[in-house]
Amino acid sequence: MLGLNKKDLGVLLLVALLAMAAPILLNPFPADSGMAQFNAGYPDLMQRFVIFGIFAIGYNILFGLTGYLSFGHAAFLGVGSYSAVWMMKLLSMNVIPAILLSVIVAGLFSVVIGYVSLRRSGIYFSILTLAFAQMSFNLAYSVLTPITNGETGLQISLSDPRILDGANAPSYPNLFGAQMNSAATIDVGSWSFTFSVGYYLCALLMLVAFYISIRIFRSPFGLMLRAVKSNQQRMNYTGLNTKPYTLAAFVISGMYAGLAGGLLAAMDPLAGAERMQWTASGEVVLMTILGGAGTLLGPVLGAGFIKYFENIFSKINDNVLHGWFSFMPDGIEDFIITIIHPFVGKGWHLTLGLLFMLVVIFLPGGLVEGGQRIGRLFRRKKADTNTPDGTKTPAE
Amino acid sequence: MSFSNLTRRGLMKTGAVAGAGLALPTYLSAASHSGFTNAPQGDTVTLGFNVPQSGPYADEGADELRAFELAVEHLNGGGDGGMLQTFSSKALEGNGIMGKKVQFVTGDTQTKSDAARASAQSMIQKDGAIMISGGSSSGVAVAVQGLCQEAGVIFMAGLTHSNDTTGKDKKANGFRHFFNAYMSAAALAPVLKNLYGDDRKVYSLTADYTWGWTQQESIQAATEAMGWETINDVRTPLAATDFSSYIAPVLNSGADVLVLNHYGGNMVNSLTNAVQFGLRDKQVNGKNFEIVVPLYSELMARGAGKNIAGIVGSQNWDWKLEDQLGARYTGTNAFVQSFGTKYGFPPSQAAQTCYAQTLLYADAVARAGSFNPCAVVEALEGFEFDGLGNGPTLYRAGDHQCFKDVVVVKGKENPENEYDLVEIVEATPAEQVTYDVDHPMFAGGELGNCNPGA
Repeated sequence: MLGLNKKDLGVLLLVALLAMAAPILLNPFPADSGMAQFNAGYPDLMQRFVIFGIFAIGYNILFGLTGYLSFGHAAFLGVGSYSAVWMMKLLSMNVIPAILLSVIVAGLFSVVIGYVSLRRSGIYFSILTLAFAQMSFNLAYSVLTPITNGETGLQISLSDPRILDGANAPSYPNLFGAQMNSAATIDVGSWSFTFSVGYYLCALLMLVAFYISIRIFRSPFGLMLRAVKSNQQRMNYTGLNTKPYTLAAFVISGMYAGLAGGLLAAMDPLAGAERMQWTASGEVVLMTILGGAGTLLGPVLGAGFIKYFENIFSKINDNVLHGWFSFMPDGIEDFIITIIHPFVGKGWHLTLGLLFMLVVIFLPGGLVEGGQRIGRLFRRKKADTNTPDGTKTPAE
Repeated sequence: MSFSNLTRRGLMKTGAVAGAGLALPTYLSAASHSGFTNAPQGDTVTLGFNVPQSGPYADEGADELRAFELAVEHLNGGGDGGMLQTFSSKALEGNGIMGKKVQFVTGDTQTKSDAARASAQSMIQKDGAIMISGGSSSGVAVAVQGLCQEAGVIFMAGLTHSNDTTGKDKKANGFRHFFNAYMSAAALAPVLKNLYGDDRKVYSLTADYTWGWTQQESIQAATEAMGWETINDVRTPLAATDFSSYIAPVLNSGADVLVLNHYGGNMVNSLTNAVQFGLRDKQVNGKNFEIVVPLYSELMARGAGKNIAGIVGSQNWDWKLEDQLGARYTGTNAFVQSFGTKYGFPPSQAAQTCYAQTLLYADAVARAGSFNPCAVVEALEGFEFDGLGNGPTLYRAGDHQCFKDVVVVKGKENPENEYDLVEIVEATPAEQVTYDVDHPMFAGGELGNCNPGA
């Protein structure tokens, strides 16, 4: 169905189901319990899950398939955000033109950067992309201040022209009137689930992005990209020009990043230069590797994992810790909190770093490999390790 | 790639998923209504304190958080009550806000607009915060204020000094107690004229974001009005930590005054660089070379150490105000007393403004008799109060900016201890720094209507 084989269709349906039920699945703890700290089912974070999922899916098309390690993809994310906000300032608060323009501009931008960077491969390619991204960041941060509003970030304001909107048009990003921040909260017992318009728009686009990525993985084009990864030199010697393929992969992943940037701006109409900083480029590399580079599901998992840490672990402060361990005697309580303190709150990067090391050392295929190992424990008989379907292509 | 495996079951599954996906948005547009966003449930109310815990303003953020904790303690009836004792409005009784115990959540703005918005967003959506306060950067304040306007909660700005916060980016749900760049310039200009004469050439370094821009604009306008000349203005990135490459050109520019439109860690570093380059010992145009730091703070003075001696700037408040300038600034000593008892050192101006903002919000709720943001806005607009350490103060209805005296200070030549680094030159009366709502430096925005959210 949909041009997919049974297994891929299963994966797609699983992702669809998870995405649609996320507001329920991510809120496993009652709202008034102490564990509510770990609930991730609020619209802003769920939107980040799927938006960075899209970003990582796109990145995986370049890095997972061709093996080209780009350190500059945040530039496309930022460009997408800026174009989306400008669309919302000038044309309409409807998110459709904003998202379309963000994909197109990011696409054009990646053609230029890709054309130059792809003249080299390996580490030189990585450095070139990094240099371009830092250039874009500095342009956005100080040189192009009239367009980007620099450090302050580009925002919408009541006095923007918005030539397509009538006098009574909503003043918040919307889809034909349905505002991105409107949400319904349903209380079931002591659980509380929030369903928001913005999240479902992102989730639907993520599913489309995921579907396109599956089709690319399974297409002759995808096979060509894998061939580039395994031995580009040999392909060149056989007379094949690989450049159009790698450039196409680069542009596609750039457009995915643009879509993610546009969605970020559509959910929250602000674009800041720090979105283009090299740390943001590094983050998507981490997401892809953590989840499993070259796998279909991996990047989405990795994106969710990192965003969860960033938003949930970083909010555990000493007050919360004292709340948890208050049942212990004072001395032991303080001792335990002193030990945990560096790993939560401000120190969430440290925890993430440790986990990243553990994953890279023990699960080179990322979280997806972890899942497969657990799966294999339960059904030893069918241990066919080398399925050629891409769910288990070794990571770089 | 064919449709050969199209089964009845598969079709139904896909159909159901697609249907659910399509149906949800229509269903969602009928959002649930409780009158306003995050109406407090049960016997508690949650406030969100969003402060920088990393980045160039981390010191200010840490002090703001201390002040917030103290304010919550006092609101809930703990401690010695601090400025609740001296506050001119007596609506608060030390039993929380309208009988609801005050709880709070904290977040890290990282001094980045994006991160600050994500953090505020999670406070509003996940923790049910009804008011967001804090922040130490105008870029962040403007971003978070916009978010609070859209989400329908009140934003009580922390330390934000840009004209734009209550100028072109003002919002109906946002309020600022802190003074602004225009006020700094208006208070500083006469003092600078007295000290350094009316024929000076200025070179300025400016933090490259909304605060720096408006600060520079204000200072330039005020100093040129009294005859000074601006030779050059160089923008520096907020994330910069070494300013030597920006300082070197000052030496040969012919300027005899360097204005550092920097704050926090930026200012500590740029001032240190400037002193290391020997600027303060230089003679230019037959005059001593001088450095001016328009926005000052005790925390920065502590960071800059001896380099701060003799340098002039302005502050929103100082912990020695009441001792040195008398009972007009009542509340100062009460606050310093309870802050010092709890933490062991005097509070900074960032702490004072955040403490005052929390009290002002709680008081407005109590006077309005409702947590509804629109009722709170109404209670705060045009509110005149006293006893929060700044003397008689007005929350102007037209732009949600507080008008009060501005403190002009100078780095002490021989500080007695590490907290007493700043001496007060004068307190410029509020009338002298007041401007019209439609002053050109503040024009271009509109408050809009208050938004109660859901």
